[in-house]
Amino acid sequence: MSNIAGSKSSLQWVVHISVALLVMLWLFPTLGLFVSSFRTADQISTGGWWTSLFPAEQNLTLRSTDPDDEGAQTLIDGVYVVEGNLFKAGVDATISLWGTSSRAIDTYVPGDTAELKDGETITVQINGDYVWTGTTEMTGRGQRVFATSTTPPEFTFKNYKTVLFGGDSTDGMTKAFFNTLTVTIPATIIPIVIAAFAAYALAWMDFPGRALLVAFVVALLVVPLQLALIPLLRLHLGIGIGKGYLGVWLAHTGFGMPLAIYLLRNYMVGLPRDIIENAKVDGATDFQIFTKIILPLSFPALASFAIFQFLWTWNDLLVAKVFLIDATGQTTVMTNQIVELLGTRGGNWEILSTAAFVSISVPLVVFFSMQKYLVRGLLAGSVK
Amino acid sequence: MHPALQGIVTIFLGVGGCLAYFYFSNQFIDKVLFPAKGVNAGRNINRANIVRPWLFLAPALFALSLYLAYPVFATLWYSLTDRDKGNAFVGLANYYQMMDDPKFWEALKNNMLWLIIVPAASTAFGLLAAQLTDRIGWGSIAKSMIFMPMAISFVGAAVIFKLIYDTRPADANQIGALNAVWMQFNGGVGSFILLRALPAAFLAFLTVGSLWLATIMIKGFSSFATILRSLFGVVLIGVAVSSIASIYGLFTATLPYGEPQTWLTMPFWNSILLMIVLIWIQTGFAMVILSAALRGIPEETVEAAIVDGANPFQVFFKIKMPQIAGTIVVVWTTITLTVLKVFDIVFAMTNGQWETQVLANYMFDKLFRGNDWGVGSAAAIVIMLLVTPILMWNVYNVRKEMRS
Repeated sequence: MSNIAGSKSSLQWVVHISVALLVMLWLFPTLGLFVSSFRTADQISTGGWWTSLFPAEQNLTLRSTDPDDEGAQTLIDGVYVVEGNLFKAGVDATISLWGTSSRAIDTYVPGDTAELKDGETITVQINGDYVWTGTTEMTGRGQRVFATSTTPPEFTFKNYKTVLFGGDSTDGMTKAFFNTLTVTIPATIIPIVIAAFAAYALAWMDFPGRALLVAFVVALLVVPLQLALIPLLRLHLGIGIGKGYLGVWLAHTGFGMPLAIYLLRNYMVGLPRDIIENAKVDGATDFQIFTKIILPLSFPALASFAIFQFLWTWNDLLVAKVFLIDATGQTTVMTNQIVELLGTRGGNWEILSTAAFVSISVPLVVFFSMQKYLVRGLLAGSVK
Repeated sequence: MHPALQGIVTIFLGVGGCLAYFYFSNQFIDKVLFPAKGVNAGRNINRANIVRPWLFLAPALFALSLYLAYPVFATLWYSLTDRDKGNAFVGLANYYQMMDDPKFWEALKNNMLWLIIVPAASTAFGLLAAQLTDRIGWGSIAKSMIFMPMAISFVGAAVIFKLIYDTRPADANQIGALNAVWMQFNGGVGSFILLRALPAAFLAFLTVGSLWLATIMIKGFSSFATILRSLFGVVLIGVAVSSIASIYGLFTATLPYGEPQTWLTMPFWNSILLMIVLIWIQTGFAMVILSAALRGIPEETVEAAIVDGANPFQVFFKIKMPQIAGTIVVVWTTITLTVLKVFDIVFAMTNGQWETQVLANYMFDKLFRGNDWGVGSAAAIVIMLLVTPILMWNVYNVRKEMRS
């Protein structure tokens, strides 16, 4: 629209840069979680996740093998020798500078030989290989080497293994994952069926009080569910449902109902009147019109609501805490599990970030694959 | 029974039961109760058509009444009774007790802050994102990236932002992005520009902007709408005054350069940091709705303005803004509703400690940790009262729409 007047706006590149900045700002937090979930606890605590994307230069304190260890020391031509690699097996790091004292960590370059006390020497290569020699038999702990080393970016699936298949009930998300799924699917499908019939009645059937009922639904649309917690919990405990899946399914069905009816009614009102009247003339009953014509035509609206309800029930914490999770904790859902991890393992970012990413990955997949319906639902669902 | 199996059975029972109910109840009134044959065929068809809508509505109405309408009144009743005294009526005692609780006032004050800042910031960012992304080729990709946080749970977002706000000792590398940035400031010229001059400029802009809007809002006192507008205007003046105060504060405060901050324990700022989480989530929503509204603007109006020599800012503020004003109100009120109910973010990040309490979390605290149902219900009623103006406004609009 900017070039209507014939001149392309010279500010176009400013727009491009601003949008790029905005997108980066919005992606940065999620990306941080994603990257952190692939790092080990040590890596996370040594530096921000953004540093892990590039080769990192670190100052390390390394130690050679203890000479007292069995078979560590060999006697070659009258010289005692300890050989090995300063890094743990599998670490692919390079040393740029090194030293043997904490006050002078950059005295030598790789390949140099350092003189130690008692005529001992140590030579360190770029890949961490060292040769430590002495004229007398060496004792005590291994020689300390201070190295400035560069490690390439390194990522691991270990966290996911721990969180998904670890079998540990405090860290494990597997049970919580399936519990969440068990809550979500019935809580998404059942309200749709109930709401669809009601929406049809409100959209296409004439009866006294229809306008009043629509107003009633719109009013309930904004009632905070905080109000429902105590009365319904008492009700559930009173009639014997107690805390459990049935209770949470019923609660989600009730809480999702206003939006479902509102969305579906708005959509159904817009369907062409001719189709419905023709069907009526041909002798179709309301039930037939609904199941054979309205329901298939309303698919976009049904999909919109299904996504909303799915995201909302999957991401919910409050309803699950009140209506589902009992003292045994057997029925915990992922959101609750994460909150508990925040309490017990507040500093263990490798576990936390992985658990959180497992929990948000499913909604993200749903989001990206069904974005069209979500947008459509949002546009129809906001009260005009 | 295994829960997953129970879930599948429930889906079948629920869906099947609903369908069976609708099918057989229709059959029942058509074939048994009011058969469309015999001497009374015509009368029966009419009667069946009178009953049928209620058949279709019955399960939904039942769910709505039991799960949303009834609790409003039940909660109101609980807020007036005392559980320890055998649910005896105690009048407003719970409300008095709540008002004596400093935590309640803290929650109310914070909620007001949330109510001003989050909808305003989300709508502003959303409008900015909508306006910018509509002008470029890769706009739809950019949009879906900004929209993405909508799919992330409040708890997930809480973890994401806790990582950003993380604190390590001064001699260790900071793993939280906010502290990593903070440690870059050393009190030099760059720090002065970024931490004092730029925020001051923004606040000055905010002051001028809100005063300007306030003068538009406060014009005459005649009807309901203008009273609302005046209220809004008073809030805007409050924003302007506090912005001026903050500008003064910006230049007089001494900033602890070089020391990592534990952000979530700093009163006031920690609330702002929690709000950022919600703003991050809600901006996408605002952007999607506003972008649709912007595209719905008739092109002729924009063309005419450009032909008349309007610059891009004039086109935006004088041509586009008035045409999407209704949508902005919708976005604003929708986000306001979300803000009033915000619970998970505060619960997961600070649990109301360090003066970050909000009403929804205060209520949860009273209900399930304090076991004080009376005060908890009173707090819920306060949330309901705050929602009521929006409820009335929505109902008023829908009634108007239905009549036309």
